[in-house]
Amino acid sequence: MKTRLILTVNGEAYDVLVSVHKTLLEVLREDLGLTGTKHGCELGECGTCTVLVDGEPVLSCLALPVELPGRAITTVEGLARGGTLHPLQQAFAELGAAQCGYCTPGILLTAQALLEEVPTPTRTEIKEALAGNLCRCTGYTKILDAVELAALRMGVGS
Amino acid sequence: MNDETRDSSAGSARATEGGRFGRGAEPPSEDKHQFTVIGQPLPKVDAWAKVTGETRYADDLVLPRMAYGKLLRSPHPHARIVGIDTTRAQALPGVYAVIAGRDLPPVKFGILPVSQDEEALCRDKVRMVGDAVAAVAAVDEETAERATELIDVVYEPLPALMSIEESLARPEVRIHEYGDGPNVHKNVSLQFGDVEAAFAEADLVREDVFFFEGNTHLPMEQHAAVAHFAADSKLTLWSSTQTPHYVHRLLAKILDMPAAHIRVIAAPVGGGFGGKLDPFAHEIAACKLSQLTGRPVKITLTREEVFYVHRGRHPVLMWIKTGFTRDGDITGCHLKTWLDGGAYGSYGVASVFYTGVVNPVTYRMPVYKFEGARVFTNKPPCGPKRGHGTPQPRFALECQIDKAAEQLGLDPAAMRRRIVADPFTKTANHLTITTIGLKECIDRVVEASGWGRKWRGWSSEGASTAPSETSPRLDGAGEAGARKRGIGIACSAYLTGAGTAVYWNSMPHSGVIVRADRGGGVAVLCGATDIGQGSDSILAYLPAEILGLDPRDVHVHAADTSLTPVDLGSYSSRVTLMCGMAAIQAAERLKAAIAPAVAVKLGVETDRLVFRDRRVGVSDDWDKAVPFPQAVELAESMHGVLAFAGSYAPPKRAGKYRGGGVGPSPCYSYSACVVELSVDEETGEIELHDVWIGHDIGRALNPLLVEGQVEGSVYMGIGEALMEGQVFRKGLHKQPSMLEYKSPTTLETPEIHTILVETDDPEGPFGAKEAGQGPLLPVIPAIANAIYDAIGVRIDEVPIGPEKVLKGLELKRQGKPARVGPERIPIFRFKEPVLVESVFGQPADPVAHRPFQP
Repeated sequence: MKTRLILTVNGEAYDVLVSVHKTLLEVLREDLGLTGTKHGCELGECGTCTVLVDGEPVLSCLALPVELPGRAITTVEGLARGGTLHPLQQAFAELGAAQCGYCTPGILLTAQALLEEVPTPTRTEIKEALAGNLCRCTGYTKILDAVELAALRMGVGS
Repeated sequence: MNDETRDSSAGSARATEGGRFGRGAEPPSEDKHQFTVIGQPLPKVDAWAKVTGETRYADDLVLPRMAYGKLLRSPHPHARIVGIDTTRAQALPGVYAVIAGRDLPPVKFGILPVSQDEEALCRDKVRMVGDAVAAVAAVDEETAERATELIDVVYEPLPALMSIEESLARPEVRIHEYGDGPNVHKNVSLQFGDVEAAFAEADLVREDVFFFEGNTHLPMEQHAAVAHFAADSKLTLWSSTQTPHYVHRLLAKILDMPAAHIRVIAAPVGGGFGGKLDPFAHEIAACKLSQLTGRPVKITLTREEVFYVHRGRHPVLMWIKTGFTRDGDITGCHLKTWLDGGAYGSYGVASVFYTGVVNPVTYRMPVYKFEGARVFTNKPPCGPKRGHGTPQPRFALECQIDKAAEQLGLDPAAMRRRIVADPFTKTANHLTITTIGLKECIDRVVEASGWGRKWRGWSSEGASTAPSETSPRLDGAGEAGARKRGIGIACSAYLTGAGTAVYWNSMPHSGVIVRADRGGGVAVLCGATDIGQGSDSILAYLPAEILGLDPRDVHVHAADTSLTPVDLGSYSSRVTLMCGMAAIQAAERLKAAIAPAVAVKLGVETDRLVFRDRRVGVSDDWDKAVPFPQAVELAESMHGVLAFAGSYAPPKRAGKYRGGGVGPSPCYSYSACVVELSVDEETGEIELHDVWIGHDIGRALNPLLVEGQVEGSVYMGIGEALMEGQVFRKGLHKQPSMLEYKSPTTLETPEIHTILVETDDPEGPFGAKEAGQGPLLPVIPAIANAIYDAIGVRIDEVPIGPEKVLKGLELKRQGKPARVGPERIPIFRFKEPVLVESVFGQPADPVAHRPFQP
């Protein structure tokens, strides 16, 4: 059974007709063409598919769009403002925090939610916030460094 | 000097976005060794695409009219296929095509020419749970999956052999009909010198048995492939593969069509680690289904399928006997390994050799004997995972050295430093060592870790329990009474690229075409596959360095078998060195074509020209220097189109004996690792505090990327040491999900302190060696040795979980030997050894002849 929904993604309203059992991950990737959101397990175990719903990290492989009309959904495509990268994106690129890059979108969004809540997190707080996002390439070191750098720059900028 | 260059340029690279280029006012220095790109911590060329979600991985590709495919996989570990009926599946609305093994040409294939034992869709027999038997293309994934459930397969189960012991004990049950004996895929034995005489000379001879459990790559991206068999009968395959060239070659054989009509494009790979190095059933099925349906077909594996596809770390049982003098010198070593290979050959013949041949590269080991066997079992096939076959014997050797150091009363760091192999010499087994920075690696990690302060000798096991000021626990709390602190060290070596291809040939291992554009841009075409390690970036940096350009002026087009010269693939840590050398040659040829044209224009001698800051000119008259786009125009007017090729093949140094082709490499990287940890004696939990790793990188072409490779290797080693295990019960994977298959999160990963040591190797591009695999190796034994330092328990098998710690502590309390590990080795007859003279200590050949290099 399909249902019609208005989904707000990255500030844009999308009028979509989707099967009720389709996950947010599937709708983002397959119906909206927002392939920046990746899948690692589709069982809620790896954090790869993390997006923000009203600013909170949500595993899109476990979320159903039918429950999300009117909520503000943010994907990695919504992090940059026009042509200007978000400080997290800038820091991840500069510090080599993305190797294969597959886990990067989910980690960026999880980190974004952290920095909204805790603008100057300690390294331990960053580790705890990102504990649900697996990365197999980096050993996390450069990811933690990049979040710290972005927090610093955002603090200076605000 | 190099360090200074790197540090000073690091600051400017970060601070001024592209500020260096475009000014062009300052004359360049005459110093030929002052690099502008090499040694700078530049962002990767694909960094921007990766942080914005722009990078299109294989599963992100969507083509018009595309169908979705699914494989039906065997639920039995070993069974004869009596019949496959696809009628019901074909009748399901939305299904475009259903195929079984009978629909593919009747050929078997495999990555190695000596192990042609795989079928994309099994015809007569399945050998593991997860073997594919049929495939469906349908309007969507759900329909395809439902259709697979409507395929009726009748199986006749056969006895399943689930361990080395079972496979050897039941020769009447044959998994394959080929090999070196019933269920023995490969049996090798090599002897370099008289080991028994070496043991007789020793002051101490140790025999130890170790076990290394298998584990898997667990890339974040599940394998995906899109095949398009077009109306002109030409096939294009986009795939998350680390080796498009080998897939290209094998597809021609498997599909029985001309290779000239097949194009394989490696999409950016979302993590490989060796898991995407074989041709896979889903790739082949997608091609065939596309041919039958006239539509593009995509097949993406589920996470569970990825666990079964595997090709990861072999479980290896090891017996190692080593003789030591009282000063710690090794007199000789004898190693036996038994590999649980799983159901197919894959890279297994190479894997067996790799469990033996790299050990003599690290320390002076005058005499060496190696016996190895790979045994078939009814489990997913093992193959190459980061470190391919070498982490297991490295664990055995480094733990044994630690035990010997204790018996000899030697500091294990000092003992290792004493016995480090000599540069520019040959090993017992005819491998050539070039530069070796291991002593400096040891010195640097010993110093950085405070080893001298923290390691308190052998007599006081568990004595290092006082909390360390330099390494507080994460939560800052003090050590509880049951927590014991320990520190351990280990070293390793790894090849910078395999010296031989997987199929014998005399062609380049890597090729690059550099083409200059009249606009001043340069296109670099190379078959290399970026799996996150940064090969696209290296391919931009090196020509940019040579031509005086900004890496952003270089456009890298990679991994497309129709457009790019062959590169063998992203494995064996070969890419930076081999593509790098080919790229240097191509860029130098372009430079040599541009220079005379500019020389004519400026009226100067060609050899006075300098390529810097996007200009070509002479240093003492830099104002007249010609902008690079104009230099290209001048050169194109003189020569015609500016496109130049570079080729690289490693020096031919394979030992002249059967099996001598595995192990040679242009040069070897070296690592030393110190781990500090705590063990909770009540719960058995192990908490890592810090890892210090010194890595001989030759030269860091980009220190940021090198550090990333080192950190990732350390992380992966930690997972293998403490938690990861690819284990089975009754034919089924016990934990085929990311929740159950434990891997380290941010919370389990300690602070990793990376120290790069540069040795400027004559074989590497600008002196560079590998970084992507070697640093994994010492981490695992360093952890085991640190656990012994903490609690006085030897755990001789990985992964080391809390239950093994508690078992060891219980044995210790009972006054028994405090050791947990394998107790026995299989009854097995190795081949009569190939007897080869040891060439240990002989000088390296003065000139290494490389094909294609003038």
